Formats: sequence, structure tokens, C-alpha cells
Amino acid sequence: MNLYKQKYALVIVTTCWWIFWAAVQVLVMVQYGIPLRESLIDSVATGAVLAFAGFDITVMVKYYRPSAKNAFYVVVASVVLAALGCALLNWILKQLSSDADYLTTLKSTMLIRFVFIWLMTLILGIQGKVWWFIKEQSQGEQRVKETKRLMREAELSNLRQQLQPHFLFNSLNSISALTIAQPEQARKMIEQLSDFLRGTVRKDGNQLVSLREELHHLQLYLDIEKVRFGHRLITKISADESLLDMKLPSLLLQPVLENAIKFGLYDTIGEVVISLDAKTDQNDLLIEIKNPFDPETAAPKSGTGFGLSSVQRRLALIFYRNDLLSTIQKENIFITLIKVPQR
Amino acid sequence: MKVIIIDDEPLARGIVKEFLKDFSQVDVIAECGDGFEGVKAIAENHPDLIFLDIQMPKINGFEMLELIDNPPPVIFTTAFDEYAIKAFETHAIDYLLKPFGRERFDKAMNKWLSQKKPNASAALAEEISPPESQNRVVVKKGQNIVVLPVQRIHYFEAFDDYVKIHTTEGFYLKKKTMSYFEKTLDASQFVRVHRSYLMNLQELTRIEPMEKDNHVVLLKSGTRIPLSQTGYAKLKGVLGI
Repeated sequence: MNLYKQKYALVIVTTCWWIFWAAVQVLVMVQYGIPLRESLIDSVATGAVLAFAGFDITVMVKYYRPSAKNAFYVVVASVVLAALGCALLNWILKQLSSDADYLTTLKSTMLIRFVFIWLMTLILGIQGKVWWFIKEQSQGEQRVKETKRLMREAELSNLRQQLQPHFLFNSLNSISALTIAQPEQARKMIEQLSDFLRGTVRKDGNQLVSLREELHHLQLYLDIEKVRFGHRLITKISADESLLDMKLPSLLLQPVLENAIKFGLYDTIGEVVISLDAKTDQNDLLIEIKNPFDPETAAPKSGTGFGLSSVQRRLALIFYRNDLLSTIQKENIFITLIKVPQR
Repeated sequence: MKVIIIDDEPLARGIVKEFLKDFSQVDVIAECGDGFEGVKAIAENHPDLIFLDIQMPKINGFEMLELIDNPPPVIFTTAFDEYAIKAFETHAIDYLLKPFGRERFDKAMNKWLSQKKPNASAALAEEISPPESQNRVVVKKGQNIVVLPVQRIHYFEAFDDYVKIHTTEGFYLKKKTMSYFEKTLDASQFVRVHRSYLMNLQELTRIEPMEKDNHVVLLKSGTRIPLSQTGYAKLKGVLGI
């Protein structure tokens, strides 16, 4: 669409330019006492020759990169085209007029005509070069934009698919153990694991889902983890009914919860309470996830492990903001805060 | 024969116990949910074989083995750990990748029954650096097990067959070599400044000249540790002076 507009504008400008110079030429010639008929024919013919030379040179410069050598070629080409144009013009005008005075004038003005046509051709050549250059550059920009978009999408899908193999293999091991004494329980866990995996492969990284949907998915995950860790793992999820329709990127919270469980279970001994609270803050969705940890042994950089940095990266790619994930350590509780803007 | 199963997931312990029913000569004398219980149970019962998970609360399976003087033969049971697999391939009796079936389990058991080298894992404990160990060191003080983040360590000092680990609250002993710590710790934080000393750069206050060409390092705690010629050069290199 843009390109069409550009072409259209170019045609109009060129036509106006041509009419303007034709008018100037007619005026000048009439003033020097040349009959109107001859003046008009002369102007139209000059214009036609100019158009021919200008078109030629514009096509030629399309394939030239701007350089000193090529600038020389353009000058030579414009001289040759101007000479050819003058010969053609001379021939046409002689065919069309029999006015003796006019023909004498024509002969005496040949040099100035040549210079005029040459300069015009040169200007058109330079203008054409600039036009092609701008066009090429805007196409290049478009390409860069497209590449960036594709990279962003690839990165998003990459971040999303970081399913922990540990989780999968340990879950399968639990199922294997259950098949012996509690086959019914084993079947249930296979179902949960399947539902969970289906949920993770179905969604694309850009997609926004409702909090309701995300929490349902999390519940499947937590149920599986509870089978694995038994009574050690206690989870509390609270979200007001009114918040359930708010939107957030799909599968955003699972890695955060995974991180919380990992730190909770592997950094402390005994019962572990993991909690998730959904709130609103100035219309944004605010998720708070808490897990216990041991401030004595946890390295100071703990919590910025892969789980959280990938979540932060995803939020930045989707919302173009870097301040949406923050962490707080309060005594032996680690709090992860996630803000999701509602568009 | 006595067997102990150490794994933080009850169901994972269950399946090992179930598979062991086929081996009538074997008794499961204890089940442990973490490394602390494991250390205690092993000290009390002197088992002939342990099944050991790697990822466990507080201290991992490798770190637990380090705390035991004469570790019993080990069959590792783990879900996924490329590093671990590579490391203990040659040392442990066997490693079972979860989920494993009865056939694979029997194979590991038969391997143990046929070779029965009592101290197969002693070499293991010495040579393998546990995964994720770079940021902490597990030590024993009396009956207590202490997990030391490396930030709290001032310096290491060679002490016969042991290494003295100096911290604000005193020192701990660990049966390791200096080069073990030099190799496994972050080289930009810990520098071997002397054959017998490996120091934490964060503790450095200044370098003082001593008689002749010798130098000592003054630590924040006020302790002075000697610098060897090469140690002095290395320290200057790391500090960029």
C-alpha cells in the first residue's frame, strides 16, 4: 500500500515538473517572437526527449551503488543520453515545422538545448538514485523488524518449554511405585500427569489465559508433587472469585511455584508450606508466592535461579517492562511478587 | 545383610523396598528421608549396602557420603543428573535411573552380591565433587552437621590428612586435600596463596612485606597468613596489580 502511494506521488510530481518546464519554455520562446504553434510543438518534443532520457537514466542508476566510479558513469551516461536526445529532437522538430525563422533559431539554440537536457538528465539520475536508496533502506528496516519479531517468538517458546526432566522422571517413578500397592492411585496419577503435560504443550508463549485456567493447571502440578512428597508438602492457594477472569501469560506461574517448592523442600527439613495469593494493585494482577528457606545456608544469590530469571525474561518480552518480578526475603520466608498488567 | 534406603520421596523408598523382597538374605534396617538421618542411621547400624538418592533436603547424597568416615557400598538412585552419572560410573556399585524396573534393579543387586567390595565408595567420596558444591561446604562438628556457605569461610589450612576450614565461629576439620578445594571452589574467589593456605579474597585487607622478599596477607579477622613466592604472584595477578 505504501509503495503504491509512493509510485503515485512520483508520477504526479514528475508530470507537474514536466508541465512546469514546458510552460516556461513556451513563454520564453513566444517572447522571442517564435509562433505559438512552433513553441508548443518544441516544448512537447523537448519534454518527450527529456522523459525518454530521464527514464533511461533512472533505470540505469537502480543497479549502481553510490561510489566515485559509478558517479563518473552517471555523468558519462547523461552526456550520451543528452546528445542522443538532442539529435532526436532536432530530427523531430525539422519534420514538423517549415517556418524558416524557427529553424534558424533551432540551429543556433542547439548548444543551449544540449546543456539543458544534459543537466535535467543528470538531476533525474541523482534523484532516481536517492529514491531507490530510500526504498531499499526501508525494505531493509522491514526485514530487520521481521527478524526481531521471529527471534522474540522463538525465545518465548523456548522459555516456556523448560519443563524440568527431574519432575517428569520422579513422577514416573512414583507411579511405578504406586502400581504395586495402589493401582487405582497410580491410574489417577497418570491421568493428572497427562492432563498437566497436555496443558503445557498446548499453549503458545504469547497467549494470555485467565487466572482461573492458570490456577487449574497449577493445581494439577501441585497434586502430583503432593503424591511425590507426601505429608511434607502443604499448599495454600487463595484468589478472590472476582480476580479469576483477569489475564496472565499462560504457564507463567508454574516455574515460580516449582522454584518455591524446590527451595522449600530442599532447603529445609520437615513440613513445608507453600502459599500463593492473588490480589489486585491499581487494576494490575498481583501474585504473591511464599516459601520457607534457610537464610543461614542459602547463598545470597539464591532465588535468582533459572526458574525466576526465565519468568522475568518472559514478562519483559511480553510487556516490555523489567520491573514486574521482584523478590523479598523476610526472615526465613522467601516471597516472589509478580505483577501482571491488564491490557 | 543390612540395607538402608535414603530418599526423600516415600514412594521412591517404597519401590526399592518392594524389589528387595526378592532377596531373602537382605534386611531393610532403616529408611531415611534426608541426609542427616542417613548419617545417623549409617553410624548406628553399619549397613552392608545403601540405596542413595542425590537430590535431597539440605545436603545432597554426595555431601552425605563425605560426612561418613568409612562409607558403605552405594547404589545410587536418581532421576536425572548427567554430571552425577558421569562421575560415579566408575566408583559406585551401580546407579539406577528413575524410574527403573525390576530387571534393572536385580542386575544392580547381583553386581553388588558378586563383587562386594566393602569400601568401593571410599574412593568415590574423595574424588568426586558433588554437584552444586561450589557454593557450600558440608562439615561435621561433633554430632552436628553444618552446611557452610562459602562466603562464611575465611581460609583453608592444610592439617595433616585434613583441611582446617576457618570461619568467624572457629574452624572445622574435613578429610579432604587442599587441591580438592582449590579445584572445586570458584577460582576468582578462593586463591591458593601458599602450599598450605587457600584464602577467600573477600577477607583480604592488605598485603604486608616481611623480612627480605617475603609477604604476608592480613585478613579482616586480624589473622596473618604467609604468602609463598608463587602465591604472591598469583594474588597480584588476580587482583590486577
